[in-house]
Amino acid sequence: MPDQDPKRRDNRSLIRGLVLMTAGSFAFGWALVPLYDVFCRISGLGNPEARATAATIVSENVDQNRLVTVEFMSNPASNGSYEFHPLAASMQVHPGKLYDTKFYAKNLTGAPSTAQAVPSIAPGIAAKYFHKTECFCFTPQKFGAGEGREMPVRFIVDPQLPANVDKLTLSYVFYDTTQTTAQP
Amino acid sequence: MAYASTAHDAHDDHHDQPVKGFKRWLYATNHKDIGTMYLVFAMIMFFVGGFMAMLIRAELFKPGLQLMQPEFFNQMTTNHALVMIFGAVMPAFVGLANWMIPLQVGAPDMALPRMNNLSFWILPFAFTLLLGTFFVPGGMPAGGWTMYPPLILQTGAAFPMLIFAVHLMGASSIMGAINVIVTILNMRTPAMTLLKMPLFAWTWLITAYLLIAVMPVLAGAVTMLLTDHFFGTSFFNAAGGGDPLMFEHIFWFFGHPEVYIMILPAFGIISEILPTFSRKPLFGATSMIYAVASIAFLSFIVWGHHMFADGMPMAAQLFFMMSTMLIAVPTGVKVFNWTATMWRGSLSFEPPMLFAIGFLFMFSIGGFSGLMLAIVPADFQYQNSYFVVAHFHYVLVPGAIFGIMAAVYYWLPKWTGVMYSMTLAKWHFWLSTVFVNVLFFPQHFLGLAGMPRRIPDYAVQFADWNMVSSIGGFGFGLSQLLFAYLVIRCMRGEGKKATAAVWDGAMQHGLEWTLPSPPPYHSFTTPPDLPHQVHL
Repeated sequence: MPDQDPKRRDNRSLIRGLVLMTAGSFAFGWALVPLYDVFCRISGLGNPEARATAATIVSENVDQNRLVTVEFMSNPASNGSYEFHPLAASMQVHPGKLYDTKFYAKNLTGAPSTAQAVPSIAPGIAAKYFHKTECFCFTPQKFGAGEGREMPVRFIVDPQLPANVDKLTLSYVFYDTTQTTAQP
Repeated sequence: MAYASTAHDAHDDHHDQPVKGFKRWLYATNHKDIGTMYLVFAMIMFFVGGFMAMLIRAELFKPGLQLMQPEFFNQMTTNHALVMIFGAVMPAFVGLANWMIPLQVGAPDMALPRMNNLSFWILPFAFTLLLGTFFVPGGMPAGGWTMYPPLILQTGAAFPMLIFAVHLMGASSIMGAINVIVTILNMRTPAMTLLKMPLFAWTWLITAYLLIAVMPVLAGAVTMLLTDHFFGTSFFNAAGGGDPLMFEHIFWFFGHPEVYIMILPAFGIISEILPTFSRKPLFGATSMIYAVASIAFLSFIVWGHHMFADGMPMAAQLFFMMSTMLIAVPTGVKVFNWTATMWRGSLSFEPPMLFAIGFLFMFSIGGFSGLMLAIVPADFQYQNSYFVVAHFHYVLVPGAIFGIMAAVYYWLPKWTGVMYSMTLAKWHFWLSTVFVNVLFFPQHFLGLAGMPRRIPDYAVQFADWNMVSSIGGFGFGLSQLLFAYLVIRCMRGEGKKATAAVWDGAMQHGLEWTLPSPPPYHSFTTPPDLPHQVHL
């Protein structure tokens, strides 16, 4: 079938082109990672310099004249599988200064389990002035059977905190999520 | 022609009939067999995804948690989307392409039959992997079909299965796309120039290029998720210098062309059906092709409209808003041309025509709500609400799905050689149309009133419309059983014999109607001439 050969050749070169295009798209997908950044830098969109500095939380302008009480509360899961409480019931803090404290949790069941702490800040108006830089509530906490340990929280109270607020409450509900979270 | 001289060889004769038994399907290289398998697979997935949708609507029937836990609800929304997009709509279009493109362009088969076999048989494995996550610790993926990190990285044992399933689906669509392009560009009968090619083949050619351009980008994005999860990279992890927003940019660079992948072939189908039942040529056929090409081009520069509320500079918001609204121009050209095709035609309302007209009306509703969502300040109200859900379901259900159903009703007598019950098919149309509006129209109201997407429970003021919407959902779901019944009856050869042209007025509208119904197992073994009267 002499007629088929040129057709086959045509098909081959077209397929080669299309496979190259596929590979090119795959490479382009990865290239997008640096390209977005380069594009924003060249065009000045999104003000990349400002973005890079915006995240630092100032610890220098500590308000030494002001003292705010931070209370810690804990609500263990209602099914009784955890013991959970703060090591200190409350602290006197200066706005703008970094503090840390610890909570203690113990797995009371005889099996490994996972828990997730969900924070809440009262009064609600003060919530956006309370910055947690490190918290055990950021990730699911895994416990072996009967394991207990202390877990850290680091926080700064923003100096912008409205003057009429002199007491903040940070409370955690400690949920047993063994049934529902991933066990990688 | 070489094909003609060998057509009567003894060697070729025993290929005239399909081999018997499972080998016909497992080793299938015939475009009709593979097309059938794609369509049957899509139908099964349509019911699997539909069952998940029924569970979602059952939970939302009343406020409060009645049937399931929130985690399971999230698994249902996520997998409903993945199954419907990658399992139902895309394979259905590839199946239609397999069946119809060789018949429409006068080719003996798809250009790459063995790759065709591979690209189909990957799919059952991909979906076994995806649906198999139901049985692993942590359950099915529940982070939404968009797979945003960091949430999706908290998926349990299902995570790598999800990623590999997406890889397989992507590989399958890319191979399907390459096959379509090679078939159209190299296997067309010489008499058919590109501009004489039917619109369904044209829209698929453009769709196939979109697939090749963006599916690999999705593969890249999910691979980055995989390495972030298992190999300690930080593409999307701020703690390691990455950026979770980056995922959204890469994902939607794939995602927006993807939504056109799901609608452009439907545009082609509607452009085939309206002229047939209006007994007129398609109005402005060339402008239709240019409109589809412009929509495809614009789809690459509008992805930012999926992330207006994520934080974006004003200049970018304006750019994405304007470019998105620009899409209304070629889409408007299409809707205008379709309407003008029907204008003063001698219309008749067989089931394919009903679905095509339903498409025209209801897809336009989805298009208009899309324009509303494109407006940045308005989007800040609508985003993440049920308004978005109503919008994309209007373009996907009475849009893409009605397009597929119109195609099935149009070509099913050609494929099987028998005609389905016209009365039952019209019932199917009217039930689907009424219920799909009962289902999705109230979701506009819910969204404007502030009901968020992806929640298993809601405030009591949303109760009434949710109940209405759920009733519409159950009605729509049950109506589809009628569709399955009609298709299965035809596949079993039960019904009145169909003629070669099937439809009054179809003969002028494509090469497929010059073949008997059903067409021989091997058709167009010699390149056909275009019948004098064929036009788009």
